[in-house]
Parts: sequence; C-alpha cells; structure tokens
Amino acid sequence: MDPVIELAGLSVRFGNRDILHNLRVALSGRTIGLLGPNGAGKSTLIQTLLGFVPLSAGSAKIFGHDIRQQTRELRALIGYMPENDSFIANMTAVSFVRMMGELAGLPHDAALERAHEVLFYVGLGEARYRLLGTYSLGMKQLAKLAQAIVHGPRLLILDEPTNGLDPPARLRMIRLIKEMKQTGSMHIVVCSHLLRDVEETCEEVLILKQGRIVHHANLEEERRANKRFVELETVGDEKDFAGALTALGCECVGTGLGRLKMVLPAEFELREIYRLAADRDLQLRRLNYRRDTLEDIFLKAMEA
Amino acid sequence: MAVYKRTYVAYEGSLTPSWSRFLILPRYSFARLWQSRFLVMFFMACFFYPMGCVGYIYLANNLSILSSFGIPAPLGQVLQVQPSLFLYFCWVQAAFTYLLTAFVGPSLVSPDLVNGAMPLYFCRPFSRAEYIAGKMSVLVFLLSLVTWVPGLILFTIQASLAGWEWTKANLWIAGSLFIGLMVWILMLSLLALALSAWVKWKIAAGGLLLGVFFAGAGFGTALNSVMRTNYGSLLNLTEVMFTIWSKLFSWPSDTGISLEASWICVAVVCAICLWLLIRRVRAFEVVK
Repeated sequence: MDPVIELAGLSVRFGNRDILHNLRVALSGRTIGLLGPNGAGKSTLIQTLLGFVPLSAGSAKIFGHDIRQQTRELRALIGYMPENDSFIANMTAVSFVRMMGELAGLPHDAALERAHEVLFYVGLGEARYRLLGTYSLGMKQLAKLAQAIVHGPRLLILDEPTNGLDPPARLRMIRLIKEMKQTGSMHIVVCSHLLRDVEETCEEVLILKQGRIVHHANLEEERRANKRFVELETVGDEKDFAGALTALGCECVGTGLGRLKMVLPAEFELREIYRLAADRDLQLRRLNYRRDTLEDIFLKAMEA
Repeated sequence: MAVYKRTYVAYEGSLTPSWSRFLILPRYSFARLWQSRFLVMFFMACFFYPMGCVGYIYLANNLSILSSFGIPAPLGQVLQVQPSLFLYFCWVQAAFTYLLTAFVGPSLVSPDLVNGAMPLYFCRPFSRAEYIAGKMSVLVFLLSLVTWVPGLILFTIQASLAGWEWTKANLWIAGSLFIGLMVWILMLSLLALALSAWVKWKIAAGGLLLGVFFAGAGFGTALNSVMRTNYGSLLNLTEVMFTIWSKLFSWPSDTGISLEASWICVAVVCAICLWLLIRRVRAFEVVK
C-alpha cells in the first residue's frame, strides 16, 4: 500500500531547541494513532504536516505531495480538527461549517448542503442554527469535527478528539471515527494521549518521545501475531506435556508452578492442546493468548 | 448524502477557483454587519453630505432657479464649483469613514483570534495574504462606497452640467479624489485591522483607533511646542492626510510638513500595520 505519510529525516527546531529530531517513517494505515507524553512533539508534527511550522531539515510527503512545495494542494486534501477551542462565537454552526466548506473550495450551494449534512451526521442537526458561542464543550468538539469533514478530505487529522468529553460523548466520537474509517474514503490520524481511544480506533501507531520516534507498530499485525503466543496454567506432569507439544512443533518454556509459555507453529490447531492434555489426564486451568495491550507497548516504548 | 441516512460520504463535486476564495470572507462579514441597525443608519447618514453637494452643484449650474425664487444675483455668483468643494468633500467624508471604521474594523479579525479560529482558515487552501486581503476588502469596499464613489459621481454630475471644457480643464480633480481617498482608506483599513488583531476586546480596539488619531495629534502638538519644530505634526495623521490632500487639490497647506514627509509617514504607518498584522495572523503562536 502506498504510504499516506512519509517522513524522511524530518526535523523541526524552535530557536535553539530541537522539537522533532530526524523522524523517519512511512505510515500507510487507514487509521494512524499518534501517541506520546506531553511535550513529545505530537502537535508539532501535525502542525508541520499542515505547513504551519517550517522544517529545519529533512522532508515529508503526504499522498506523495511534498509538504513544502505543494502545501496548497495538500491542504485541499486534509481536514483538521484542532485540539483547542477553534470556532467563531457569533456564527451559527451551519454558517460556520458552510464558510469553512467554501474556503476549502466548495461552491456556495454545495457548501450549504454539505454543512447541513455533516452537522446531522455528527449529531448537531437540531442545534445547527444556534450560535457556536452557546455550545457546550462536547458540541464544540462535534462542530470542529463537522468543519473538518465538510469538504470530504482524504486525510483527516484529529488532535485530541475526545478531550473534555463525557463518556457518552466520547463513545459517540469513537463511533464516528470508526464509521468514517469504514467508509474507506479517508485516512485518519488520531493524536491522543488516551491510549484507549487510539487502541479502539487505530490500526497503526507511532509513539513519540522527546521529539523522536520510539516505536512504530502495526496494531493489527501485532494482534494477529499475538494469537501465536499462548500461556497455559496446568496441574499435573507438565514436563511430559511440554515434550509432547514440542514434538508437534511448539516452542515451550516452563516457568514453574505448572505454567507454560508457548509459541505455536503456523497451522497449529488449539484442540491439539486439549487432546494432549486429556491423553495425559492433565488439568488445564487457564489458557490465555498473550495480548500486548497498547499500554504495554507504550510503556515499553517509554522505557526504551 | 441524504440527511436521513446520516452516513459519511465524501464530497466529489466541483471546486471554485482558488483566486476567488478571498471574496468569501467579505460576504460573511457583510452578512453579519448589516444585522446591526445602528450601522445601517449610520451608513445612510454618510450620504447626507454627498446629497447636499449634489444640490449645491445643481444650483451652481442653474442660477436661474435661484433668481426665480427671488434670490439676488450676487448671492448666486458665490455658488461656484471650485476644487475646494471636492477637498471639503474629502474632509467631511473622511470624518464619517473614521467613525465607520471604528465601528466596523474591530469586529473583523478579533472574533477569529478570541476563540482560536485561525488554524481552521489556514489548514485549508487559503493563505494569510488571502485572509488579510479578504478582511481588508470589507473596509475598502464599505469606505469606498461613502468616499471616492460618491465623489466621482459628484464630479460626473458637475462635468455633465458644466460641459466638456470644464471637464477637460478639471479632470485632475477626479484623479485627486480617487488617489487621496484611496490612500486614506488603505491607511485606515490597515490601522483598524492591526488594532483588531492585537486588541481582542472589540470596544477597546475601536477606542484605540480613535486614540491613535487624538493621542497622535496631542503628542505631535506637544513635540512641536517643546522642540520648536514642525516634524511633530507627522504624528498627527489628520494633518498628514490634510497635507497630501491639499497638494492633490492645489490648496495651500499650513501644516508645516512637506509633501514628501507626509507620503513617507503614510507609507511607514501602513508598513507598521502590515507587519503587526502578519505577526498576529498566523495559524498558531510559538510561546517563547
């Protein structure tokens, strides 16, 4: 798959301070999570990709367009939902979204039609004639999302989309992200410090720390790979059992107290484990797939 | 996408040409501005003086009407259309535009800055130059409607009544009207936008615009008195403009500052305002 975002030695410097340092990665997932502690450079990376911040070295491409030379063309392909408050208080939601659509190049009438549609889509249909200044925080987040998708971007950048949302509003935002992902018409970058949000929505994750990439993982592949790692807790003669499993091609390591860790070979069927255990009258107390949560990945990356 | 389906569908229609997009901002700004009854009334009031001038020009070119009302001929001879009529027109309309700008100007940039809307403009194919051009065109268009547009209409009326000889001899007045008032409009617009960009509170920005002129005049006079010079008048933007207009309309100027110094002063003010605007109108701020 062609990379959506390609960073080639991208560096950003404010004064004497390196904010992003020699970032090299190719991201091609449908939904990409950008993680990192505060001050890691996530927002700066987004602002650099949008052309707000000049690069001090390297280059970056989005859909093959160079961010320095084809900024205008790129911005037509991008929808951006900023982290902070971004609205015009004395405009109604429908005028605001319509104006943003027109600025993105939509004709007058099409922009009005799309503004109504996206406001209904995000769940602000009934409140679309209210002034944005009167909206609650959750509604403002949805209005920001509406303006980001009104022109049908190919890449949607969401900076902390669930910030300040109560649990139902957060779930609605996650649902919207998943729905947009499923349409297949856009790629989504979710920048968040909430691991759960990223885990629920993203297939690929990039973890930044102090302006450097500390981990880049395809969560889908990792989840698939983790299916081959099994942890067993047994009562009985586990050494004989381990030997039988090894004979079938599994890599087994005993960790004591009847516990075994195994890497299953390809095409291995789990019922073989149950059969071998039954043959030896061995009790299987627990069988777990090892599942690295995003939190594990994140913590490992932070320790690196 | 039909509203009832409420599913996301990408837009696949045509796009507008990018050069025309700066015109979107004035359209929305005017829609907001005309909601104010006060502005509409004040805007109407700005045309009272031009209407009076139309009457004056008509009477000056039709003295027989005065005599039919029994007005003696010597009074009729006083009514003459001189270049000074257009200079007075500039002064009066400039005063109206000054108040109009103090009312309209602060609401142009500050609402976008107060709630951080700038990144939403600039994450689209829309540049800072287009943003400034769009916002500035609101003032340029509005102020033009009450200054050089009626001024040129007055000139055209006078030309049509006075005949070709007068028109040929006084064509320079039309040029002076346009240039003199456009310079004023540009300076005032840039000043209003710069203040609107730096002072988020609209009332304070409007007050500051008035303050720039009054405080400048006060400082200028004080400087002239203390330093025994005339260069303090360069801080008084009203006198600077008066000097330029006086030269444009061949009228004696007693401000004591040269035409060159006045032009330089206007250029410097515009450059400073533009610099202030460019510093403020950006997608985000780097906090040092």
